[in-house]
Amino acid sequence: MNLISAIDFSVRNVLAHPFRTILTMLGIILGVSSLVAMTAMVKGMEKGMKESMIAMGGLDKVLISEDGVPSEMDHLADLAPGRTFRDVYALRKNAPLLKVVSPELRADDRNITYGHKRTWPSELVGVWPAVLEMNLFEVEHGRFFCDMDEELALSVCVIGTGIRDELFGSPEKLGFEIIPIGKWININGQPFRIVGMFRHYESERDRKIRELEAKRRREQGQQSGPARQKGWGGSKTWGNPFWRKNNTVYIPMRTMWLKFPRYLEDSETGTLIPDTRLTDIDIKVRSMETMDKALQQARNVLGITHHGILDYEFRTQESGIEDINKRIRNARLSGGIISGLSLLIGGIGIMNIMFASIQERIREIGTCKALGASGSAVFFQVVTESIVVCILGALVGMGASLGVVELLEWLSPTQNSPVITPAALMTASACSIIIGMLAGIFPALKAARMSPMEALKY
Amino acid sequence: MALVELRGVTKIYDLGGEKIHALAGVDLDIESGEFTSIVGPSGSGKSTLMHILGCLDTPTGGAMSIDGIRVEKARPKELARIRNRKIGFVFQFFNLLPRLTVQQNVELPLIYMGYSAARRRERAMEVLGLVEMDNRSRHRPSQLSGGQQQRVAIARALVNEPRIIFADEPTGNLDSNTGEKILQLFHELHAGGRTLVLVTHDPDIAGLTPRRIEIRDGRIADEVDTRLVRGTEQSRFALTRDDRDAVGDSPREA
Ligand SMILES: Nc1ncnc2c1ncn2[C@@H]1O[C@H](COP(=O)(O)OP(=O)(O)OP(=O)(O)O)[C@@H](O)[C@H]1O
Ligand SMILES: [Mg+2]
Repeated sequence: MNLISAIDFSVRNVLAHPFRTILTMLGIILGVSSLVAMTAMVKGMEKGMKESMIAMGGLDKVLISEDGVPSEMDHLADLAPGRTFRDVYALRKNAPLLKVVSPELRADDRNITYGHKRTWPSELVGVWPAVLEMNLFEVEHGRFFCDMDEELALSVCVIGTGIRDELFGSPEKLGFEIIPIGKWININGQPFRIVGMFRHYESERDRKIRELEAKRRREQGQQSGPARQKGWGGSKTWGNPFWRKNNTVYIPMRTMWLKFPRYLEDSETGTLIPDTRLTDIDIKVRSMETMDKALQQARNVLGITHHGILDYEFRTQESGIEDINKRIRNARLSGGIISGLSLLIGGIGIMNIMFASIQERIREIGTCKALGASGSAVFFQVVTESIVVCILGALVGMGASLGVVELLEWLSPTQNSPVITPAALMTASACSIIIGMLAGIFPALKAARMSPMEALKY
Repeated sequence: MALVELRGVTKIYDLGGEKIHALAGVDLDIESGEFTSIVGPSGSGKSTLMHILGCLDTPTGGAMSIDGIRVEKARPKELARIRNRKIGFVFQFFNLLPRLTVQQNVELPLIYMGYSAARRRERAMEVLGLVEMDNRSRHRPSQLSGGQQQRVAIARALVNEPRIIFADEPTGNLDSNTGEKILQLFHELHAGGRTLVLVTHDPDIAGLTPRRIEIRDGRIADEVDTRLVRGTEQSRFALTRDDRDAVGDSPREA
């Protein structure tokens, strides 16, 4: 019995009962479509996570953030130095496994005006040039700060495109791009000159949507004008790292010190004294392999500069990844259970129908045996038929999964839009073939073992 | 050595204590080129004998060989191979596969023989031509009359160039006119040198075959070979088997 004939006969037998076949395939259809949709969703989540991770500075970035002094050191709390430039210099000098050490000084007030326009940036930070490598920023227009800006504490700033959009108008609204280099804006009431603007950052999905929108506007748009703005930008919230990135304003560190000084209130006298602490120290390790060693070096250095007082903690991106991984695991698990159950039920349904099918074809099987079909040829034929049903079901299921993914995207147009991968389709096909095989085995054995004479008498 | 040899073949069905001797010791030789009919009353064991001759079933006791191959202890796989290469079947209900075309039905034995598609088609059209059904090769069995279906079934029985063809009541489901044409076809095949065994109820049909075997209660009760009868001008009963169990059993009127 060769494969082509077996498939040919199978298709004929399957098509002889189209409605029954479709009912039989429902389980497989449901299983395969949920399997593909689930993996597509997980893939979308992973992709979104990767993009966000890079937008936030990459995996090799570690935050050294403020932490309450542990209770057994409570009596030393007043001596806790906080994170200062001392740490930055010490880390740069004595922790060779660190690639970048970037001090940051954040302003609490941050409002920016230009004429009568006003906006609130996601961050207003005093930085050193190391911040570019730390947060993976690229200056597209103008320049970043030079030594002189820092040395003389000049009132210059570099902004993200989101700030430009708010203050000067976005290319989408205007139909052309404004590059506001050299313009003066007010930051917390003080005049600053824009010397540079970062690239526009967006997720791949947002970019696609924006380009599509732009194309549509170009095609039908000339007469209707450029003024329409659609919500292409994804969710413009703090949860969106791309939004945060585009709404960043950096000024030189020393400028921040001098223009927006921060004060501490002395608990006894109530007088204000200048706060010498940084708000953040971010570090980047040389390589992910030596992450643990590098962190130990940083810990050793800070142990000395902080006199052993643990008023800081290291925050790797792992905690964020952990969180997303948990969501992915949950999605995988629930999707896996649904598709697994449907596939199981589908498999049982197919086994059932195959039993019924050979029962109603006993005489045909007897005839084939009389003509010389061996038990293995009959077995092969029945299993092939079962697999054919499963593959048909899988094809329909894959088609359905496209619809499901479209629906999901339509229901929740987030940046984690589902991605159907060839691997998912292959997995689904492989699953359905295996199920077809398993479901076909018992009916096929029954058919193969039938005595030809008994079968002919039937 | 005869093409088919049976020696003391028995078939016993054990129905929970009660033993049914469907065949109670059959000795039979079928030579190549013979056209034999098997007759006998209902329940006498004709079909059982034909199933065993056709390697669809194995005997309970005795010895049997086909074309020199011992088959009484053969495994199912070997029996399938013998049916595939050496035997052709024609059934009372035609037994064409309803979802396959006429041509595919005829090709079936060749598929199990492992022929390529091109050789299968060529050979199938050849035998369909022999039964004058080659113009209906793309049709479904349901689109054919009973007689046409049986002609296709005969083509299928011929397609593997079998050493022997078995037909169980091939005209039982046809009107007499159509049946006659099918029988005509059998006689032509016999004239072409093929070996045929025909199971039938009908004494008239049996009377036309050169050799006739009568089964009664699982034994060969009578045997007539008209070729020899004509050749020697002897009584038609002269050649009844010596070893037949004829106690109180008068020869059957044909
Ligand atoms: N599978 C079986 N189990 C039990 N007994 C059987 C079986 N097959 C046949 N028999 C018995 O064997 C005997 C011979 O049956 P068989 O079918 O060979 O008769 P037949 O000569 O072909 O009759 P008919 O002309 O009616 O077809 C009968 O008594 C029948 O009941
Ligand atoms: Mg019978």
